[in-house]
Parts: sequence; C-alpha cells; structure tokens
Amino acid sequence: MTAAARAERLINLVLCLLSSRQYLPAERIRRTVPGYADAPSDEAFFRMFERDKAELRELGVPLETGRIPGFEAGDGYRIARRDYELPDIDLEPDEAAAVALAARLWDSPQLADAANGALLKLRAAGVDVDTEPSVLVQPRVRATEPALTPLISAVQAGQVVTVSHRRRPAEQPAARILEPWGVVSWRGRWYVVGHDRDRDAVRCFRISRIAGPVRTVGPSGAVQRPPGVDLLKIVAGSAEPPPAAHTARLWLAHGRAYGLRRRATVLGTMTVDDVAGDVVTVELPGYDVAARWIAGLGPDAVVLEPAELATAVRDRLLAAAGSAG
Amino acid sequence: MAGVAQRLPRLLALVPYLLVRPGVLIEEVAADFSVTVPQLRRDLELLWMCGLPGYGPGDLIDLSFEGDTVTVTFDAGMRRPLRLTGAEATALVVALRALAETPGVLDGGSVRRALVKIETAAGQADGVVVGLATREEAALAAVRDALDHRRALHIRYYTPARDTISERTVDPMRLLLVEGRSYLEAWCRWADDVRLFRLDRIEHVTTLDEPAVPPPQARPTDVSGGLFRAQPDQQVAVLTLAPDARWVAEYYPVEGLIEDEGGAATVRMRYAETEWMVRLVLGLGADIVVRNPPELAEAVAQRARAAVRRSDHLAPSEAG
Repeated sequence: MTAAARAERLINLVLCLLSSRQYLPAERIRRTVPGYADAPSDEAFFRMFERDKAELRELGVPLETGRIPGFEAGDGYRIARRDYELPDIDLEPDEAAAVALAARLWDSPQLADAANGALLKLRAAGVDVDTEPSVLVQPRVRATEPALTPLISAVQAGQVVTVSHRRRPAEQPAARILEPWGVVSWRGRWYVVGHDRDRDAVRCFRISRIAGPVRTVGPSGAVQRPPGVDLLKIVAGSAEPPPAAHTARLWLAHGRAYGLRRRATVLGTMTVDDVAGDVVTVELPGYDVAARWIAGLGPDAVVLEPAELATAVRDRLLAAAGSAG
Repeated sequence: MAGVAQRLPRLLALVPYLLVRPGVLIEEVAADFSVTVPQLRRDLELLWMCGLPGYGPGDLIDLSFEGDTVTVTFDAGMRRPLRLTGAEATALVVALRALAETPGVLDGGSVRRALVKIETAAGQADGVVVGLATREEAALAAVRDALDHRRALHIRYYTPARDTISERTVDPMRLLLVEGRSYLEAWCRWADDVRLFRLDRIEHVTTLDEPAVPPPQARPTDVSGGLFRAQPDQQVAVLTLAPDARWVAEYYPVEGLIEDEGGAATVRMRYAETEWMVRLVLGLGADIVVRNPPELAEAVAQRARAAVRRSDHLAPSEAG
C-alpha cells in the first residue's frame, strides 16, 4: 500500500461519509470505498479501517459513530456536514493582515505549524492572507519548552497534572500535583498557573524548570478555573517581587561604568589612586545584585558606603583574585 | 505515514480553495500551500481520482486546466475547508488576543474585529495567555512615530558589551518584540550595518528632519530561533557555576551543561567581548570558576587585584 493510495482512500472515505445522511455500516464502507476491497481478510480490513478512523479524528474530522435503526450488525459511521465545515468567515484586508501577523507570532515548531494549518483553512475559505506582510512591528514569542504542549492540552481538557518542578535550577525537582488553570507567557518566559493541591494554594511555576514528563491524573473536566481569575496578573505579581531599594555612595572612574551611571546622580569629583572620578549616589536593588554589578566593574567602581555593601564587593573581588583563602 | 499526515490537510483544503478562486495560477496555489509546483500537480492528480460512490465520470472531482491555471468544475461535496482543530484555534486566537491587548503594536480595531470573527468561526481558546507588554520605555513613542513617518533618528545608546554610551544616526526599519523586550531594528549609519537596539538602552532619542532610507542591503534580521546566534568568531568560555550562580545558565544561552557535585554545573558559553565576560565573572566572585580559556581567567584575576588595590587606597580615610 503506497502512501498515495492511502491518501486517496482517506479522501474517498471523507467524501463518502460527508455525502450520506445515514450512518453507514463498516461492511458497506468496505464494499463501496475504493481501496478497502484490497484487504485480504476481515481482520486486515478492520485493522485498516481502525487506522483510517484514527487518522481522520487526529486531523479533527468529526467522524460520528451511531446505531443504525433495524440493523443488528453493529454501529455505523457518518460525518455531519455542519460539524465538518468551517463556518463562513469574511475578513477585511486589515483584519486579514492582523491574522497574518498573529500567525507569525510563534517561534515554536508546534504552535507555528498549528497557526499555519489555521491559515491554510482560512485561505481555503476564501480569505486572502498575505504570508509575508510588510509590518513595522513584529512580535515574536518563543515556546520551546517540552512541557508546554502537554500542559496546554491538560488545561484545555481540564485535567489534573503531576509535574516535577525545581524551585531553583540547582535544586532537586519536587513532585507537585496541580489543577492547571492556564499557561501564561510573561516577559519571554512561560508559566503554568493553578491550584497546588498539596499546598492548597494558588501557585505559578516556570515551565522551563519542569523536569521530565507531564502526567495527567483523573478525568477530563475535573479542573474548574475560578470565574474572573486573571492569569496574567497572577504571574506578573509573583514573577516580579518589588525590588528592595538601597541607596549607595560610590566612586566611579571618569568615562567608565556607564551602566551604573545611567541610574546614578553625580555629587562631585574625587581622585583615587591618582585616577580621576566622580562620587555618585545610586539606588540599587538588594545587596547581592548590587555587589555583583559593582564587583564586575573591577577598579572602575569603589563603594564608599554603606560598609556592608563595600564588604560584599570586596569578598567577591578577593575570591576572583584567587586570594580568598 | 508521516507523509499522509502532512498531505491530507492540504488535500482536504485544496478543492474548497480552488472553488473560491476559479482560474487561479497553479504557481500561486503552490506558493499559498508552501509546496513545489510538481508536488501540487501530484496533489491535483490524486484529487482527480477521488469522488463519490459510483466513482463514474460524473462522480469524481473534476478539474479543468487552462494554460497555467486550474478551475474546479465538480467538487464532489467538498465545498468548505475542515473546521480548525483545537490546536489551530489556540495558536491563532491566543496570538490575536496578545496583539489586541498590547497597545501600540497594531491598529487595535482591526485586531479586535479579526479576533471576534476568528473566535466565532473557530471557537474560544481559554487557558493560554500571552503578555507581550514589555517594560515602560521612554523611547517607544518616538520610535513608533519615526517608523510611522519614515524618519531617521539620532540616538544615544548604552552598549552593555563594552559598558559605554555611543551616539548614532539610524534609519528605523521595524520594531521587534522578542522574549519580553522591545528592539528597534534599524540601519546604523555608524556601524554601516543592520543593528538591533534594545529600547530600554536608548538613553536619548531625537527625531531628525531627514527621511529614513535604509540601503537596499539592509535585510530584516531573522529572529526565528532567538536573537542570539552562535557566531564563528565568538570565543567560548568553560565555566563552573556554583548553585547561587546557576541562574547564568538560564539567563544566557549556554551549551553542554554538565551537572557537577553539590548542585554546581559546568557550561560552555559564547561571548563576543572579553570585557563583558570579565565583568560577568568578576561580579560572581566565588560562585564561578573559569576553566577555559586561561587568558580569561588571568584577565579576571588581574582586574580583581587592581580593584582590591584601589579600594585599599580609599579604606583608611573612608573607614576611619
């Protein structure tokens, strides 16, 4: 059986089932649709037919199974035209341009393929969608995390999942049982939001830190997202804790350390170690991040105060100089 | 059977597509379906063999070819494309919603109208949200305006790789929103090349009276697969990251991560500017070890010793 012959048989099967209002028994399909007659035995036919049905359902063809009145030899099959056909859709040129831009949003094989599949059907419905619209603004969203697609499926099916998640990259992953309410892309990162059953609280997890497979537990429709919940807000709230601000006084060498100067106010000038520089005051996040930035600048930046920050910077520099011990 | 899975959606869409476009050029059809002309001809030949039970001349799909064009003369009941699958509807609806909810990306009206029509035809897609909004950026209004009116810009730009500020005249090409950040893609007259400028690093922007005229060789950057691509002229550092520095491997593109003992990891990381890499390593202190190249390790140690000496100069007066 060549691939072309199989494609031909599947198209004929779709046309045959679309054209019938009644459920057609498998035996009749076997006799009618070209290709099935080649099956050497009943068993071979049913194997073929099962695979074909699965393939069509995979593509989203609404293949219905139903009882045939007065027919004892099993179920029949049909495709209801109203469930099969894409409803009428008419897009103005500016709307079609928006759709084309939307389809190019995804930087992800699965989502980009799905978006292109949608465009193909829209074109077949008579909508002219330009594939290469010339746009002044192009948003792109990456979605390469392996756990993303199974999580989207679980969210849409309303299924509970177990995942193994690391809170920090170096930590051992811990198992979580989650009622997933949704997945959210926020500032270039993907999160899953939901109700954590063990902690009995709303949690959001970075999807890139989910290790191993996403396993669904229990039936579809078991998860109910509370009405009015704003997924984006939950992620935005937990992804960005308000930075603790500290004020520091620093010496910066002239013409150096522009990254820090962007947020600093110059108070005056001062020469250190025969090098001319400025004394500045600057608002910094927590000491840890601040110490990293300042130590990174090496001799171009020296902390004047607070002493705690000066010590934190010095510790880093001593370690980097190889003289910590 | 991967071939059938790819070919079948196309075969199911072809007849309805041709029905609404009588006399369409075969070449145009092939382009719309992203296949070669010979492949498209094979698809049409296959469809020609398909039809309704009976399978006589009047039951089969009929196509008429005239010159380089094709027209469907009998559709055998395949009049409309198949409905969108859940995955297709999600990919399109979520993307449209993201565009609709991001002010300033597109004319919001057309996006919202398109969204309503697609949702009506394809169904809702709940549970997937994309926030495109980036941080508030002062330069955004001026950059949008320059793009809309095709005007050149003069910018004061912070380059973290060298920790410096430069002044450049640029011809704006487009605005890219990638991985939660906004970038101005422009022809940089100073670099004589296309450059991406992160909006939050534009210190100051002046709209010039002259038009934006990117030269013909100014090609849009291919951002599929991320903004940062391995370049052959980049150097590669081998770094061991302590648990507290493991974020580096998530924040920057790294290769070949090997788990070490106690939660540490060793990675390879590409870098273009030694100065930038020295700053990164220096800032991480005891949480990072440079395994390679030795020149990088030496540069870090030298800068660290110089920094300690300089702070020693201050210590007596300041600490006293």
